[in-house]
Amino acid sequence: MKTAQSIAREVQSGESSASAELDNSLSAIRARDEELNVFLYVDEEGARATAASIDERVARGEDVGPLAGVPIAIKDNMCQTGIPTTCSSKILEGWRPPYNATVIDRLIAAGAVPVGKTNLDEFAMGSSTENSAFGPTRNPLDPSRVPGGSSGGSAAAVAANMTPLALGSDTGGSIRQPAALCGLIGMKPSYGLVSRYGLIAFASSLDQIGPFSKNVMDAAILLEAIAGHDPLDSTSLPEPSPSLVAHVNDGVAGKRIALVRELVEGADEDVVISVNRAVEALKDAGATIVELSIPEFRLGLSAYYLIAPAEASSNLARYDGVRYGLRVDAEDVAAMNEATRTAGFGAEVKRRIMLGTYALSAGYFDAYYGQALKVRTRMIDAFKRAYQQADLLIGATTPSVAFAFGTKTSDPMSMYLSDVFTIPTNLAGEAAVSVPFGTGEAGLPVGVQLLGPGRSEAQLFAAARVLEIAEDRS
Amino acid sequence: MRLPGDWEMVVGLEVHTELKTATKMFCGCANHFGSEPNTNICPVCLGLPGSLPVLNEHAVDLAMAIGIALHSRIASSTFHRKNYFYPDMPKDFQISQYDLPINSGGYLDLPDGSRVSIERAHLEEDTGKSTHLGGTGRIHGADRSLVDYNRSGVPLVEIVSGPDIRSSAQARAYASELRGILIATGASDGRMEEGSMRIDANVSVRKPNAPFGTRCEIKNLNSLRSLQRAIDHEALRQIELIEDGGTVRQETRHWDENLGETSTMRIKEEAEDYRYFREPDLVDLDPDQRWQDRIRASLPAMPAERRAKLKARLVSPAQAQLDAVEVVIDLGLESFANAAIDAGADPALAVARAANELAAGIEDLKNLSAEAFSATLLMEQRGELSATQAKTVLGELLASGGDPKAIAAAMGFEQLSSDSLGATVARLIEENPDEWTRYREGDEKLAQFFIGQVMKITKGQANGKAVIAELQARR
Ligand SMILES: [Zn+2]
Repeated sequence: MKTAQSIAREVQSGESSASAELDNSLSAIRARDEELNVFLYVDEEGARATAASIDERVARGEDVGPLAGVPIAIKDNMCQTGIPTTCSSKILEGWRPPYNATVIDRLIAAGAVPVGKTNLDEFAMGSSTENSAFGPTRNPLDPSRVPGGSSGGSAAAVAANMTPLALGSDTGGSIRQPAALCGLIGMKPSYGLVSRYGLIAFASSLDQIGPFSKNVMDAAILLEAIAGHDPLDSTSLPEPSPSLVAHVNDGVAGKRIALVRELVEGADEDVVISVNRAVEALKDAGATIVELSIPEFRLGLSAYYLIAPAEASSNLARYDGVRYGLRVDAEDVAAMNEATRTAGFGAEVKRRIMLGTYALSAGYFDAYYGQALKVRTRMIDAFKRAYQQADLLIGATTPSVAFAFGTKTSDPMSMYLSDVFTIPTNLAGEAAVSVPFGTGEAGLPVGVQLLGPGRSEAQLFAAARVLEIAEDRS
Repeated sequence: MRLPGDWEMVVGLEVHTELKTATKMFCGCANHFGSEPNTNICPVCLGLPGSLPVLNEHAVDLAMAIGIALHSRIASSTFHRKNYFYPDMPKDFQISQYDLPINSGGYLDLPDGSRVSIERAHLEEDTGKSTHLGGTGRIHGADRSLVDYNRSGVPLVEIVSGPDIRSSAQARAYASELRGILIATGASDGRMEEGSMRIDANVSVRKPNAPFGTRCEIKNLNSLRSLQRAIDHEALRQIELIEDGGTVRQETRHWDENLGETSTMRIKEEAEDYRYFREPDLVDLDPDQRWQDRIRASLPAMPAERRAKLKARLVSPAQAQLDAVEVVIDLGLESFANAAIDAGADPALAVARAANELAAGIEDLKNLSAEAFSATLLMEQRGELSATQAKTVLGELLASGGDPKAIAAAMGFEQLSSDSLGATVARLIEENPDEWTRYREGDEKLAQFFIGQVMKITKGQANGKAVIAELQARR
């Protein structure tokens, strides 16, 4: 499959057309979507209209943008005017947002063609896409295994060559973990780099939108197109979009990169081998390698499973049957709220709402939520100290390669542990990227994770590119 | 009202005021009362999935203005979510301030010299407005409930007083003075009947120097009269209850204006758990010194200062005149009164005409200039207009503006001045020689007879003082 960069170049030059590229994308979707359950909604009509208008603009000699005619899949927790948006929950079934998320506006402005909405764990709560009310998504590399989650649909869309690009959201690893399991580049940008306006909130202080792609350059092009200050999001960083594409080939010569013990601890052997090989590749490219222990990382999971559910319990209160989505009638308003929420939310969402409600309750607040906030502050400080000794950190993205369906659904804790290496970055509001490097069990891809301080995306892409080149040569 | 025996009431007030911003607190929708239901709405104030709040800086300006006027300390503050389910609250949480409000501490001095402490004055968003059809008009037992989200996200400041108020009259004076401050700062229009200022009263009773009793909260009092009546009623209810051997239960009570009594709304068995936590979608609010100074510098004089200044212009004022001053200050009419006094009008007349005629025509005040007001009063003082005529001219000025002399001429009032009044008086003297003789011999009562006759002839348009002047000139 062509890269996003080459599609954009060909569409802009007239060598190809947005409509032809869309046709390729739609036939790839038709070929495998029934088997894989990637898309919850394909907006064929809308996408064709967008593609046609791009082709007209190219014909008029206009510069359409860096993503001219590139089909892109959107995780179904981002609002697009008139397009069903469900968060893979029955509670939102049938709701069509009357507005675009900022990322959708920016994609359109960059010439991209959104083709449809992809499956996810309900309200982005999960690590396998098994928690979707509309059935699990299958890993295109091995349909007996999960694609990871919660952005499993978006990862699968790119892995199955349905679209060269996809958007996901990452609250505790929901882009990086499925990227690792599907053999893709997946980045969680610094908190505030990409506007959250129109991203349906799971945990507001942790959520961040980011790119999936098959190669580093495409991810950089996509992120550069959607990043930058948005006056509609108060937590959006004040700066315009950073220059990323120009720095993809900057390399790592002279950079200090720290292998973090806690980011391989407990990982499968094949995963550890890949991480060590990646470290060697970076060293060969001129980086200085150090080893670090950051014990605070071990506290991340517990803090995350208080903070994220606490915020979710409040964010998800609005699904009460009053204004939109599902309503289950009952004798009065309170009973209607309860009946609607009982019928509309799945088990994992209910579990987290209860956890979060409990953590915020009078008498428990200090011991749970308050304590978790303290751990979060310690995590931020620990990262700061680490970045005095290194420019970037390296470790595994996930403890294992893609796992089979049902292996972790009965034990929530084992599922939660899938995110043990990715969560610290979200708690600190920093950036990290998962890069496919080597293979493990059953020839499935391993994800190596590079972590950097806030606004280090250009450096992270440059390091990821070094690994990509090393992998191509091997 | 006096409470029986040596009972004392302890009252604290929570005043919610809608801020007079052009747009809502977290979105660009119009902040406008009286629009068609659900027309000033957008994804943000409807709390649609994915929407995010962005703070309206003008709401912060007005909140700080209130804080400065109440001598509060302005500090770096945060927003919190107050979580509870209610159909007119679209996110099922309210964005409010919790442990770090924008204004803390402060006080309000009342006209009677007493001081009421202010605990805090914080920013929060308003909810939508529910209308329950059928049943009792309350949510329970209603056939249908309609929700208007135009009010959802309108900026509010909640001003919480200390438990310093000891009578319903003091509570009323506090609310009235606070209302004057809100209007003076430009923060609010103070329209209680439209709900732009709403009061909750916490009422308890105790014996002198005893610890505070258990309090009840009376919700949503929407006039000064209701406030005063509800507090009196509630204090008496609690006293009767205690004297009959009962105990006061902490609860929220509803005031029924028609029945003149409070009734239980909900019982607070334990403190409600709103699960407050920091609003992650907003950043901290930390107005720097320059911002604070800008607001401080832009604040006009507050009612207490303006009241004192205007009273000082009255010469040994009667109670009625002092009351008129209150009205003038409350309605912000003192620029008219002061202009007229500066131009040479009698201060008592200026205050009276402002408190009555201008107050009655306050909606049309834009048509009237201070110059026209002053000129009318001077014409009245010179006898060119009777009191009735002067009021008529003011009414006309308020209705359609213009020049008072021209209006008086057009209404035929001017004929009465000078010559024509003199001629009328001369004719009456001729026609009533006996009365004239008695008047000339010192029977002042006869002046009233002549004034009465002149009024009959001029259909009440003459100026009594001018008639007396004409009579005395011929005596
Ligand atoms: Zn709005």
